[in-house]
This record gives sequence, C-alpha cells and structure tokens, in this order.
Amino acid sequence: MHRRDRWIAVAGVVPWLLVVVPLVMMLGALWQQGYQGLSLAFLLEDPRAAGRAGGIASLLLSTGWILAVCLAVAVPVGLGCALYLSEEVPPGSPAARRLGFVLDLLAATPSVVFGLFGYQFFAITLGLGFSILSGGLALSLMVLPLMIRSAEQALRGVPGSYRRAARALALSRWGWVRRVLLPGAASGIAVGVILSVGRALAETAVLLFTAGYVLRRPDSVFDSGRALSVHIYDLAMNVPGGTARAATTALVLMAVLIAINLLIRRALRRPVLAGVPR
Amino acid sequence: MTVSLVDARRPPSLTLDGVSVHYGAQVAIQGASLTVASGELMALVGPSGCGKTSLLCAINRMADEQPGCRVGGTVRLGDDDVAGLGVTALRRQVGMVFQQPNPFPLSVIDNLRFPLSEHGVPRRQRDALAERALRDVGLWDEVKDRLGQSALALSGGQQQRLCIARALVLAPRVLLLDEPCSALDPVSSRVVEDMIASLKGRYTLLMVTHNLAQARRLADTVTVCWVEGECGCVVESNTCEQVFKAPAHPITAAYCGGEVG
Amino acid sequence: MSITLSPPLADRCLRYLLRASAFLAALALGGIVAVLLWRTLPFLLESGSAIFASGWHPRAGEYGMAAMIAGSLLVSLLALALAAPVAIALAAWLRFYAPAAIRRPTLMLVELMAGIPSVVYGLWGLLVLVPWINQWAPPGASWLAGSLVLALMVLPLALLVTDTALGQLPAAWWRAGHAMSLSRLGMLRRVLLPAAAPSILSGVVLQFGRALGETMAVLMVCGNVVQWPHSVFDPVRTLTANIALEMAYATGDHRVALFVSGLLLMAVTALLLAVAWRLRASAAGGHAYASS
Repeated sequence: MHRRDRWIAVAGVVPWLLVVVPLVMMLGALWQQGYQGLSLAFLLEDPRAAGRAGGIASLLLSTGWILAVCLAVAVPVGLGCALYLSEEVPPGSPAARRLGFVLDLLAATPSVVFGLFGYQFFAITLGLGFSILSGGLALSLMVLPLMIRSAEQALRGVPGSYRRAARALALSRWGWVRRVLLPGAASGIAVGVILSVGRALAETAVLLFTAGYVLRRPDSVFDSGRALSVHIYDLAMNVPGGTARAATTALVLMAVLIAINLLIRRALRRPVLAGVPR
Repeated sequence: MTVSLVDARRPPSLTLDGVSVHYGAQVAIQGASLTVASGELMALVGPSGCGKTSLLCAINRMADEQPGCRVGGTVRLGDDDVAGLGVTALRRQVGMVFQQPNPFPLSVIDNLRFPLSEHGVPRRQRDALAERALRDVGLWDEVKDRLGQSALALSGGQQQRLCIARALVLAPRVLLLDEPCSALDPVSSRVVEDMIASLKGRYTLLMVTHNLAQARRLADTVTVCWVEGECGCVVESNTCEQVFKAPAHPITAAYCGGEVG
Repeated sequence: MSITLSPPLADRCLRYLLRASAFLAALALGGIVAVLLWRTLPFLLESGSAIFASGWHPRAGEYGMAAMIAGSLLVSLLALALAAPVAIALAAWLRFYAPAAIRRPTLMLVELMAGIPSVVYGLWGLLVLVPWINQWAPPGASWLAGSLVLALMVLPLALLVTDTALGQLPAAWWRAGHAMSLSRLGMLRRVLLPAAAPSILSGVVLQFGRALGETMAVLMVCGNVVQWPHSVFDPVRTLTANIALEMAYATGDHRVALFVSGLLLMAVTALLLAVAWRLRASAAGGHAYASS
C-alpha cells in the first residue's frame, strides 16, 4: 500500500509539470519578446505610429480614468448591497438566496454580453457614445458581484458580540454602521476594492464596444479612451509588427497585477481566491 | 465455517516503559510506564490536558506523523518491542477507536470491506470477516438487512459500534479506545460499554475515559494521570479495587474521590 | 467615543439607501436580460429558427449560427477535458502527497495564473502556440490552439476549487484511515474524492461556463473561420469571437443577430449556473455525519 503511495507521490510530478512548465514558458516568451521595450520612457510617452513606437502614457491615463469611473459606481453600490445583505437579510433566507443567485449570474455573465449591454444602454440609449464613461459604467457592473461578495464577507466577519453590545447600548443603526461595523470590516473591504481593480484591469471585451479604441489622451470622461488590455489586443491582432510592443504592454499590465496580488496578500496575510464561487 | 485471521492464542500484553511525547518544545507527557495484562482492560483516567490521548497516539505511531513530534521510551507487545515493526504491521495489531464516531461516507458493509481490501485480504474472505466483526460488536442483527445503506444513516451509538467493528475487522490483538462513549447519549453509551466489556479476554484494551464510574464498571486496572508543572505524568497504576478503595497517591485519592479534576 | 444619537430619520435613510443598492444590483441583471430581449425579440419571433442553420452570411441575410455554436462548444469541451483531470489530480497530489515546500509556492503560482488577463494568454497563444502548431499542421490557428489556451485559463480555478473542496472534508475520516494504515490512494479513490465530487463537479461546470463565455483568447488563436471543423487542426469561430469581430461594422439585422448570439450565451450561462448550484446544494446536504 505504501508502495502504491510512494509511486503516486513520484508520478504526481507529471501534472505538476504540465501546469508549471507552460506557465513558465509563457512568462519567459513574453519577457523575451517585450523586455527590450521596457523603460521609463515607455511609461511616460504617448504612442506613435498606431502603437508601434513610443509608449503607453495616454493609455495609462485612459485606464486610470476608466478604473476611477468603475470604482466610483461599484464601491458605493457594492458596499450598500453588502451592508444590506449583512444587516437586513439573515443568511440562508429566501431573500439572501435570490440575491445570491442574481449576483452569481452577474458574475458568470460573459464579458461580451456586458459589452453588448453597455453598448446598447450606455452608448446608445443614454447617448454617451464611445467614452470612458460608458466603459467605466459597463465595467462597474462586471466587478459589482466581486465587490459585494468581498465586502459582505468582511462585514459578516465582524464579531456578533459587537452587534449585541451595540444593541444593548441602544445605538442607532447609522451609528453602529458608521462607528463600529465599517471600521471593523475596513481591511476586508479594502481587499474587495483591490480585487475589483485587478478584475477590472484584466477585462477587455466589455471595453471594445463601450470605451472604444482611441489612442490619444482623453480630454474628459466623455471622450473615448483605450485601456491597456485593449491596446494589447489591438497591437497583437490589428497592427502588423506590433507584437513586440504588445508584449511590453502585457509585461507592464502583469507587473501591476502582481503588485496588486502581493498587496492583497499583505493585507490579509493569507492567500485570496479571486472569483471562486460562493 | 468462518475463515478467521484471528490468532486463537491469547492476546499479547501491552507495556509502556518511560514513554514521553514532545510536541516541539512542549512536553505532553513524560515518563509514562504501565502494563496492561493480556486480555485485560485498563482505564486511563485524569483531567484534560495530561497527555492521555497523546499517549495513545504514541502507541500506534499516529503521534510520529505530526510535524515536530518526538516520542521517547519503549512500547512492547508481549515481549516484542514495536520499534521493530513496520507502521502497517503495527496498526494491524493495534486498532484505534476515536471519541467522535467517524464512519466513512460509504455503505455499512463497505466501511468494513474497504480496510480489508486495502490490506490485501482476498475478496472471497471479506464478507465473512465483516460479518464476524459486526457480530462481535452486536450490530449484526441490527444492520444485516441494510448492509448496503449509507453508514451515516445509523444512529450515533450504532455508528460508534460500526467504528469499533471497523477497527476489529483487521483482527488486531490490542485495541486503543479514546473516550469511545463521551459523544454518545447515556443509553447508547451503556450499549457500547457492555459490548466493550464483552471484548475482554479476546483483546487487550486500553481505554481513555473521563467517566470514573465507567472506569469502575469496566476496568480491571486503572492508571491515573495528572499534570505536574507543564507536562503530564503517570501518578499511579494499580488494580481497579486498589485505586478506588485504597489509593496509594494523594492525587489519586483526591481525583477519584471527586474532590478535584 | 461619542454615541451618535441620530434620529430615526438617519436610520430610515440608511435602510432605504441599502435597499436601493441591492435593488440596483438586481436591476443590473434584469436590465441586461431586458435589453437583450428588447433588441432581439422581433427578429426571433420572425425568423428565430433560422439561427440554427449552418450558413453565416450576413450580407446575404443568412444568420445561421450552428457552426459557431459548435465552435464554442467544441473548443470549451476539449479545454475542460484537458484541464479538469490535470487540475483534480494536481490538487489531490498537492494536498496529500507533496511536501509543503512544493505545495505553497505552487498554489501561489496557480493564484497568479488565475489573475492573468485573457488577452495575455491570447498574446502568448498567438506568439508561440500558433506558430508551433503551424509547424505540424498549418495554419496553426485552430480549435486545438483555442482549447489549449482555454485549458490553461480554466485550470487554476478548477484546481483551487478542488483544493477547497478536499480541505472541507472532515479530518476525522483521514484520522480513521491513518489509524488503520490505509493508503492515501485508497482513501482518495474510495472516500475523499467521491465525497468531494459534487463540489468539484460544480466548480468544473462553472469553469465550462467561463470557457464558453471567453472572448479574447479564442479570438486571437482560433482562426475565426466560420465552419464545422473536421479535425482539431481546423480553424473555428466561436460565438463570442464573432460578436467581438463583427460588432464594429454590423448594422440592422446583422447587429440584431449578434445580440441574439449574446442572448444565447446568457441563457446557456444561466443554465450551467443552475446546474452548478444544484450540485453544490447536494454536496452541502450529503455530509450528515456524526448524527444524534
């Protein structure tokens, strides 16, 4: 028996290699293709020649704006919904289950479908056209389930004894939320925000039909703007000779995402699973 | 008619000589020496935290597998030092029953067939051995019509008896029981107790218990443990009569008299 | 700390605000479905079944999506068939066989993989995988390329879900198995994996849904030819890639057809989610151990 186990212990290296080797090869290939373009100038210059030369400064700006719009909507609404779930709805009740299903469905909806909706509703019906606003709003819907789930976990994590003490002191609802609950859950909520940023940065398809493709610096949120992820796609597929720059941009994007991952680890001091269904 | 792996000879005695268990820098129990005579039941009593469970785990080397754990001293089955046995052989001779009933999420009969198949018992012998084990614990009549049903559907007392049957099906000679009745209601507890009493003679039993009345009812010999300083130790080890009627150690008198612990 | 003795007014405002937020979230989902239906209903009522035909020729007014539905399904199924066994085997091996020095870094690496954007996977596929396949079987951009890239994408979460499911099993079973010196393989095969199976399956189903909905990576490596593939080396086009490619210049009925494919994706996603929920519910109910 233990002989069998010993054999398996060794044979298990095979699936391990099947996973680790392609990943390492992928990171290696991207590095090899893109590292030459990496420089401070790359981050500070605007793109030229459709992105084949120059840098990604305007893209960083657009991405930042899109993120800002996205978080400006997703964080308050997400927090409000999470508070609703933790304060008004007992876990396991029909209301909780229904809302849970809605959120899970939102989370599972494909990115293109958000793109279609965003295009039809934000760009056309609301008249925002191809703009950072359209993109940010559509993106906020995508990160909403993640934000709500993380915040709810954080809020429910605040010990029930605080709640009972607050009731015994006849604190008002608003007082309890403001002074005890939110500060107590603050780090967990912050993690939720960071997770949402990570998710938002990785999204592409939804932005194709909402935020648009324009390369230059946006003048306002009503202008179209190109996100980093869209830039990678465009350079890879539509611009001949653009693959090297695409790889460089990918390296920048991954560096940001890794930094975010490390930040989350530090904040929580344990690994975090992004997007694991509840 | 039943094929039996059980040795018809008397079960071996169990001897611990200066056994100690260290978890890293912490000492759970030190200098534990006791002898359970062949076929007898010894109760291991004492307050929580004096290392009784660690002692049990040291015997079948479950403690060894925890990271940072060191076991010292000698354990003997009969005259043989168990250090010379492989882990698998050791655990075939020494079975263990836990506090919480923990049958596998399989059918009743599969709970017994599975360990047998893992230990290489031929298929045609498995059912007979399973039936024998179930009869030994008095469960056969209760479950013979639902052998194929999930073991989790049994009551708590039945599950614990199934767990004991599962430990017995590998035909050990020695049985270690870690508070087998403490998770059960009084009625089931009594049924399990009576069944354990019936195992005496065929098996050598070492049972940890918090229930002094139970120890009085079941045990031939009693070992009292106590916490001294930071670690546990054995205080007195004697026949049941002696320990309860004429204890040699003041702590024994206090503990068994109900004054402390 | 000063106690805020705000009047009930503030409390009531808070309550309404919170309810409104929850409502907004539900509204978002309803809005998506509503918009999709609104755009597509007339078309569907008129020529609904036409979308299941084989010929996709928008300029001629033919909107048969069958080949692209097949493309989506085939690419996703092969990806899961490749990824799921590896993910489950690796998760079990990491948890029960591998030393901690291998387990922790590997899990960290897998979490990193889970966060890599799909465009980056697609970029790698385009740069490395497609030319490599091209050496053996041109053109390289194909069903196989799409499935391989998708497999890498769904593997991390499938592995993490399996790891979580195995970790939630009662430790008591493991201890009992140890006391009887039962092999880890035997425990995995007969007790642990079957007990964790509903949760694992639920995770796999969700990843299948995610694979179906994936756009960028498949867009970049599948070749995007609308056809029924005869071999894994043939290029295919998925529904998602189709939307991404043609939305820019589609007008009129063509555009509506794209919305129809979006609606179809949404419906399949909802169905898979329901299946996954059912599986998870059965997993939660099944662990009725240590009764009375």
